[in-house]
Amino acid sequence: MAGAAVQRRLTWRVAEVAELVDETPRVRSVLMHVPDWPGHLAGQHVDVRLTADDGYQTQRSYSIASPPEAVDRLALTVERIEDGEVSPFLTEELRVGDRIELRGPIGGYFVWDVADGGPLMLVAGGSGVCPLMAMLRHRAARASSVPARLLYSSRSSADAIYGKELERLGGEGVGVVQTLTRMRPDGWAGYRRRIDRSMLQEVVWPPADRPLVYVCGPTPLVESVAEALVELGHDAARIKTERFGPTGG
Amino acid sequence: MSFVTRGFKGRRRDEAHADRLPPGQYLVRDFPVLSAGPTPHTAPAAWTFSITGELDEPKRWTWNDFRALPSETITRDIHCVTKWSKLDTIWEGVSVDTLLDGVDSAADYVMAFCDGGYTTNLPLDDVTGGKAWIAFGYDGQPLEPEHGGPARLLVPHLYFWKSAKWVRGLQLMKDDAPGFWETYGYHMYGDPWQEQRYSGD
Repeated sequence: MAGAAVQRRLTWRVAEVAELVDETPRVRSVLMHVPDWPGHLAGQHVDVRLTADDGYQTQRSYSIASPPEAVDRLALTVERIEDGEVSPFLTEELRVGDRIELRGPIGGYFVWDVADGGPLMLVAGGSGVCPLMAMLRHRAARASSVPARLLYSSRSSADAIYGKELERLGGEGVGVVQTLTRMRPDGWAGYRRRIDRSMLQEVVWPPADRPLVYVCGPTPLVESVAEALVELGHDAARIKTERFGPTGG
Repeated sequence: MSFVTRGFKGRRRDEAHADRLPPGQYLVRDFPVLSAGPTPHTAPAAWTFSITGELDEPKRWTWNDFRALPSETITRDIHCVTKWSKLDTIWEGVSVDTLLDGVDSAADYVMAFCDGGYTTNLPLDDVTGGKAWIAFGYDGQPLEPEHGGPARLLVPHLYFWKSAKWVRGLQLMKDDAPGFWETYGYHMYGDPWQEQRYSGD
């Protein structure tokens, strides 16, 4: 399994913000230069630590959205939680040139490397697409021919993160299927409901093809998708899950 | 700490609870769910709990045997390595002391093992002496599958990944060995008050 047994000490590094990208009205990507970044695997995350001038500190975890190949542009994609403590700072206050502390990479289970093969099946809800984007970017950077599909649920097309880039990836052999659960543009011909068992049956490779499945999103989506996949006959050991959701962030 | 994040003010801790929050943690009111794969659903009729490894005769309980053991209500704060803490959580469970009663073992460590293949390692001293339970109830209700039901290990003084969901037994070991998350760089012991999140902390 890729990335097992990372046992080196994780030290705090001071990252410098190099670029800010507004992905949606509520979501911003923070691209950083991290001195001596030790490298990461697609799917890993970092801990971010913020310090106020009176010494007060708080920490949060964010998935890395950039691929391992983008060595000088570590990207975190942050969704603003309205009453959150950290995400409003990262999405509204942070400026290019600011410095923030982080350490990582962390986690070695919810990761994918081209050497792991496929077919690669990614299922995302909302900002749960972030670590999965690192996997698709990694696949593209390595010009991998591993078959890959992304099933992505958003409330509306305005809420869909990485819209243009997903369109481009779709033209490069990634099967991108979107479902819009609340609002659709005129003429929308795609799915218009929450991800359910019949949608999974239509979009996911059959169990006999043994896809490697990564599911990331809010807990209800992750629970229902993982459960439906097991019911459809997929091997539970090939389904990896990660949660994203407002937990005070 | 000389580093200051420009423009960050932060929300101050609730002073009334400040002494109950370990470093780097923040309070939540909901109960977040974290797990690495699909939630297993083991029916009580198929469920057993075992003590294996370094003991003369392995022990085993069926669900009914287990539920017939004396249980207690446990109220504790819990701390997840992903930074959230939850105060005064109320559990129903059987003390690990009860399960190890009469066991003679040279073991110093245990490996908790679970449905779904999850494992986590702990010193024997940290699951005995009234510090750990096999919990089957939460907040007055049967423990839900997504929170580890039918039963999970509860070791509230360590980070919550040590409180293994869907637990099916404890393997007694002479030597320490890494469990699932510990293999991926998480701390072997995991004391939230020492902020032992990752290897080397």
